[in-house]
Amino acid sequence: MSEQSYEPNMVLSTKEFDVVGKRPLRHDGVDKVTGRAIYGADVSMAGLMHGAVLRSPHAHARIKSIDTSKAEAHPEVRAVVTSTDFVDPGDKTVDLGEGLTRLAYIRNNVLARDKVLYRGHAVAAVAAASLHDALEALELIEVEYDLLPPVLTAPDAMKEDAPLLHENLRMMEFGRPTDKVSNVSDHFRHEKGDIEQGFAEADLIVEREFDTSTVHQGYIEPHNTTALWNNDDRIHIWTSTQGPFTIRDTTAAILDKPVSQVRVTPTEIGGGFGGKIPVYIDPVAALLSKKSGHPVKIVMSRAEVLEGTGPTPGSHLKIKMGVKSDGTMMAAQAWLAYEAGAYPGAMVVPGGMCVFAAYDIPNVTIDGYDVVVNKPSTAAYRAPGATNAAFATESVVNEIAEKLGIDPLDLRLKNASKEGTRRADGPKFPRIGCVEVIEAMKNHPHYSAPLDGPNRGRGVAIGFWFNAGLPSACNIAVNPDGTITLVEGSPDIGGTRTSVAMQAAEVLGLPAEKVSPSVVDTDSVGFTAVTGGSRVTFSTGLAAIEAARDVRDQMIRRAARIWGVEEDGVDFEKGVFHLKNGTENRMTFSELAEQIATTGDPIVGRAGVNPPGVGGSFSGNIADVEVDPETGKVTILRFTAFQDAGKAIHPSYVEGQMQGGSVQGIGWALNEEYFMNAEGKMMNSSLLDYRMPTSLDLPMIDTVIIEVANPGHPFGARGVGEANIVPPPAALANAINNAVDVAMNRLPMNPVAVMEAIWGKNGATD
Amino acid sequence: MQWFEYARPGTVGEAVRLLSEHGEKACVLAGGTDILVQLRGGFRTAEWVIDVKEIPALDEIAWDEASGLTIGAAAPCYRIYENEDVKKHYPGLIDAASLIGGTQIQGRASLGGNLCNAAPSADAVPIMIALEASCCIAGPNGERTVAVEDFCTAPGKNVLAAGELLVSLHFPAPKANSGAHYLRFIPRNEMDIAVAGAGVSVVLANGNFASARVALASVAPTPLFVKQAGDALAGQPVNDESIQRAADIAKQAAKPIDDMRGTVRYRKHLCEVLTRRALHVAVERARRNN
Repeated sequence: MSEQSYEPNMVLSTKEFDVVGKRPLRHDGVDKVTGRAIYGADVSMAGLMHGAVLRSPHAHARIKSIDTSKAEAHPEVRAVVTSTDFVDPGDKTVDLGEGLTRLAYIRNNVLARDKVLYRGHAVAAVAAASLHDALEALELIEVEYDLLPPVLTAPDAMKEDAPLLHENLRMMEFGRPTDKVSNVSDHFRHEKGDIEQGFAEADLIVEREFDTSTVHQGYIEPHNTTALWNNDDRIHIWTSTQGPFTIRDTTAAILDKPVSQVRVTPTEIGGGFGGKIPVYIDPVAALLSKKSGHPVKIVMSRAEVLEGTGPTPGSHLKIKMGVKSDGTMMAAQAWLAYEAGAYPGAMVVPGGMCVFAAYDIPNVTIDGYDVVVNKPSTAAYRAPGATNAAFATESVVNEIAEKLGIDPLDLRLKNASKEGTRRADGPKFPRIGCVEVIEAMKNHPHYSAPLDGPNRGRGVAIGFWFNAGLPSACNIAVNPDGTITLVEGSPDIGGTRTSVAMQAAEVLGLPAEKVSPSVVDTDSVGFTAVTGGSRVTFSTGLAAIEAARDVRDQMIRRAARIWGVEEDGVDFEKGVFHLKNGTENRMTFSELAEQIATTGDPIVGRAGVNPPGVGGSFSGNIADVEVDPETGKVTILRFTAFQDAGKAIHPSYVEGQMQGGSVQGIGWALNEEYFMNAEGKMMNSSLLDYRMPTSLDLPMIDTVIIEVANPGHPFGARGVGEANIVPPPAALANAINNAVDVAMNRLPMNPVAVMEAIWGKNGATD
Repeated sequence: MQWFEYARPGTVGEAVRLLSEHGEKACVLAGGTDILVQLRGGFRTAEWVIDVKEIPALDEIAWDEASGLTIGAAAPCYRIYENEDVKKHYPGLIDAASLIGGTQIQGRASLGGNLCNAAPSADAVPIMIALEASCCIAGPNGERTVAVEDFCTAPGKNVLAAGELLVSLHFPAPKANSGAHYLRFIPRNEMDIAVAGAGVSVVLANGNFASARVALASVAPTPLFVKQAGDALAGQPVNDESIQRAADIAKQAAKPIDDMRGTVRYRKHLCEVLTRRALHVAVERARRNN
């Protein structure tokens, strides 16, 4: 099969619409490609001061004293802050959309109070007339530390005699508090069926252990913020964030202010992938502004981003699966320990929900451990927790297929989750596309293409990630020229201005170009949860649909008034209003829009939604690699990504998500890692040494969009932002295994690791 | 990063005077791809930055059939790999000049800067050693010449005394039936620091190696000239066994450390692989040159 004989980007469409499913130009495209889009670092205003943050050089230490007097005496310094400038939150907890969190943890991560818990932990900050002066002043701050031994991995932190990060952290076990003071903040278990019985009935049992390194989202734009604490005590923040309302609520909580006094303007965002949900520098800049009387801007360096913001957890996993000789999965057991970093909240809970989500297995036990270690406090990263888990599970599934001599996709099809399958963590799946994704993989020309040559191998894996609902708001105003302006609160990371606008356009029978979408500040739109959980096209899209329906209904009433008929006498179809009684009366959307001002009140549609009916998305990869058996270097020859989009609202952006998620998964698989020394110092805190893939390290990634409509959305959309990062590490491990016959149990599978595995296989010693 | 004074001398004499005057407080700016990162990152301080790009002798590339090639210490990589004489006579040098950093870096970075920065991983240095290049150094007491393999003394340290400036690098004219190659290993395919590298040159005569030189990157405190590996090839037949023996000697000579880029064992292993592979390419090039 030649390279040209298949479609590199396929859409397996099941339903067609007028606007949805087409590929209009993105509304923000010109600003982005001409450099006019305003990012956080572009924000400027009169009297602006520049802030800089002093960070801990130690991974674990008690702060004995902080002396800021010399920095304060610096002639260009306008303000210095430390954690004592924050109100003490005591035991207060806050719900910022991800369940209850101790406010003290968030506050102490923003500026350390008694202890520093990782190298890079913020300790103090200054504002000065120039960044240069601010950096110079940081060197004048004297911090005395009592060094404590760092603990850097989950297995070490779980030992009975491990140094404790938090003297007051008591373990939760099975949902209940215990008296045990520990680095394990939570141990949960999901059980289904009888695990012992399941293994007893199995003909083959495979059990393996896996490790994955801490990795960073690697968004190209560093964190930034500009804050103005005004004389009326109102605080305005301009920042790059996935959640302006989250920044508002968290900043207000930390500063002990009502949310109404904080206004957050989200600037354009240069990537987030989950990492731009937590708050780091916004309350610090606000305090510096209060103390100095000036607006204060802070922009992180790359090293600060890597050392001082939230990567995704390193993890340690054990997976045991038992199958009948025909491939029927009988039992599966998982032991997952994820490194939360400095404060509780590793993404082990979703890891536990996803670890066996792809399979219908009668007997399952899943144990999860949330473990604090002296590394940066972790944050979400695209399908958080699921990639680690799938690397382990899918590797075991591939080994089972090989041992049973069953095609790995047939083994998956035989056991695939489907509508009604109950996951071990409780919920039953609604209509999902697991089977359809695997079938599309089997049917793709890539799967049957010959792979000739030595040291080459092909691998497969699948993955699952959820789709969040959560609140979204949307307003639509009708303009007299027949266009609409759409106002939303979801920062646009992946082309969502357009995918949201297209859904409103579909309802109103307008071309996408007649919608002008804007992402606005927190004072200008109703509460909207974060851009995360693959939710914007789904939830904010639903808000846009509802707001557009509101507009449509008002327009129908207006047409009825103009024609002097009851409103049920007017029909609306494909952008045209017409009388039902068969007379000639008809008006296009534009014609009616032109008459709004002279026939009544302005027409403004609005909607606030918190939708159920979330989809969830399965994805899969076929990957071909060649391994240099003398250096261990892996070259990806061909890579095809498959994903169930429900309905691809804008297929180009779905393909972009699939390719982007694949690239991040490939980077995680092959080279990315936090390389820590024994003292807990990250040795590779630059993009030179934190090796994300460059364009020369990747093949063109082909995509296949599968459309298994989500019944919870009018057009069938599922969230597609995340599931695509889940399969690549396992698919590549499988391909490497097929190329050079080594089992890879650790990420990254960098050249050293692959070479060591080859040496191990050959029994080489030198 | 500290404030600093900036000077742009137009002659070697003026540069030497400034460097002598400010001594340790001065640093030399050529392409700036290392110095600016070090100053910004606080890894180095300087009160004076002396920009030498405007000095004609530091910017020239001159080829002569009898005397060989002279490359000004500040001439950027892109001018080297776009130079027809260099392409024709020193393809091994092109290997290194075209893989340092990325395209943008190559617009600024120079061989002289790469050498003066004295990183063990310097990509241009092993091939310069293999090509028997020498350094022309100007100083308050006149000029002197140092072989490239003797230039670096420790990580970040070199033989330049206070007031001295590296003016140019000189490469002897290639011998008949000679070939050279630089091979670097990095986990990615661009924008990376060598885990290990091997620069080699060979001269063939009557089916045998007449002579050979091998130098390694990233496996010792300085770029490492492995004289014994090249010497072991002299007079030997051109075959896999001879090449393997030289590669094994290179592996034994390597004294790498464990760090984020690789382990001792892996780097030593790479020295054998890279030396062997580079020698095979150099032999191919030498055969094409007869």
